Amino acid sequence: MTHITITQIMFCVLSLIAITSAALLIFSKSPIHSVLYLIVTFFAIAGHYILLNAQFLAVVHVIVYAGAIMVLFLFVIMMLNLNKETETHKPMWIQLMAVLAGGAMLVTLVGVLKGAEQMNLKQANDVNIGLVNNLGLVLFNDFLVPFELSSILFLAAMVGSVMLGKKTIS
Amino acid sequence: MSTYILYKLILVIAVFVISLVIAMYSTYGERKIAAFLQDRLGPNRAGPFGLLQPLADGVKMFMKEEIIPNVSNKFLFILGPGLAMLTSLCTSAVIPWGPDLTINGVKYPLQVADINIGVLYLFGVVSIGVYGIMIGGWASNNKYSLLGALRASSQMISYEIAMGVSVITLIMITGTLSTSEIAAQQHGFYNEHSHWFSWNFFKNPLTFLIFFICALAETNRAPFDLPECETELVGGYHTEYSSMKLGFYLFAEYVNMFISSAVMSLFFFGGYNFPGMDSIANPNTVAIIGTIVMFTKTIFFIFLFMWIRWTIPRFRYDQLMNLGWKILIPLSIVNMIATGILLLATGRV
Repeated sequence: MTHITITQIMFCVLSLIAITSAALLIFSKSPIHSVLYLIVTFFAIAGHYILLNAQFLAVVHVIVYAGAIMVLFLFVIMMLNLNKETETHKPMWIQLMAVLAGGAMLVTLVGVLKGAEQMNLKQANDVNIGLVNNLGLVLFNDFLVPFELSSILFLAAMVGSVMLGKKTIS
Repeated sequence: MSTYILYKLILVIAVFVISLVIAMYSTYGERKIAAFLQDRLGPNRAGPFGLLQPLADGVKMFMKEEIIPNVSNKFLFILGPGLAMLTSLCTSAVIPWGPDLTINGVKYPLQVADINIGVLYLFGVVSIGVYGIMIGGWASNNKYSLLGALRASSQMISYEIAMGVSVITLIMITGTLSTSEIAAQQHGFYNEHSHWFSWNFFKNPLTFLIFFICALAETNRAPFDLPECETELVGGYHTEYSSMKLGFYLFAEYVNMFISSAVMSLFFFGGYNFPGMDSIANPNTVAIIGTIVMFTKTIFFIFLFMWIRWTIPRFRYDQLMNLGWKILIPLSIVNMIATGILLLATGRV
């Protein structure tokens, strides 16, 4: 029996919460419950980020996903008043296709990760690695072009959704 | 180590109790201010000047019959007010209430958790604060509650953006995300080196204005209290609630008000700093006066919240959305860009 650190215990607890709530998210019948379980999953994943010394990422994850995107999800589901009685029945072949696509994705992921070499996690032990300072330096020095490109992608998506939301285009 | 934990425990309990007591007496203050503004007397029967009124209200809340609607989702119905209370109390953890106390050469900071991303933590907790209202409103299974919950969520999402941008402007000026450092930077009142006031309000008043309006909207206070607009929605999201669960919702609003007042005095009005704090030699005296100053500023902002509530009529819903999206967001973005240009031009970055 090797020495178990508090980090390992926390990792196990967080993983258990994440996996359980993710499973409940899929299996629960009511869409509102699904969204609430998804929020719990996000919090567990934010805990994982903190364990990896990525404090900034953890808080931003909570602000963006749990605080903004899931509120919008909940908003839409409440407004459309979706529940199990009014849920549209999906045909069998669509369900089958979804299972096949998901399975193919899983196989791909497992294949990729199996072949990948063991990553060197030495850097992750540095407590300051996830601070805003370091993140900003890395983003604006090493990854400036991908960073700016992804922001343009967001802008395009925003313009597109405004266009779709407009009733008449004059 | 054990003294450290003991000290933090005492601090947490103290902050918790102070938040609740201030929230409790805010209800009394609100009635007295409303009465003053409407030329009435207000509560004056329970105890001297009616000072025991909040206790009587609390006892009433606890003793009332508790009704849970049959058709509602019981677990979520109970979770809603609990979540509202939890998130409103969570935010007090990162606020520095005063300068460090020094006892026997050991420094005791008057802040529960000095984390390096304090501003983001505040923002994160505020952004999940809407779930209490949304879940409670939905679980009630009442159309008025649902409408109130929908209004609350759309209003909070809309005003969070302008608030976020104004916080970014503040971070650009201060250059830090740590709340204790923001407080320390606003030392004293007038900075001799830069020949300007050290409080952030004097560096960028527009940011404060945007932040203040958004704080009013985020705490669902008048003139932004559409989620519980009684002329249209009976009681809004808490129509179906009774007893202490209703009390939790009302209380959470007052705690939110207290915390956002504390945040405003911390971000823009120097927190615990006061003019002439350098002329006092004893650091413990500075700490005690600083804490009193911090609470005085906070209580002034609570008063401002109440003053506005009893002066300005409620917005119409489309006016609320127009103000948020068409005025505050562009204004805050222009403010951010102008601040950035100014900081670059003066060589501050």
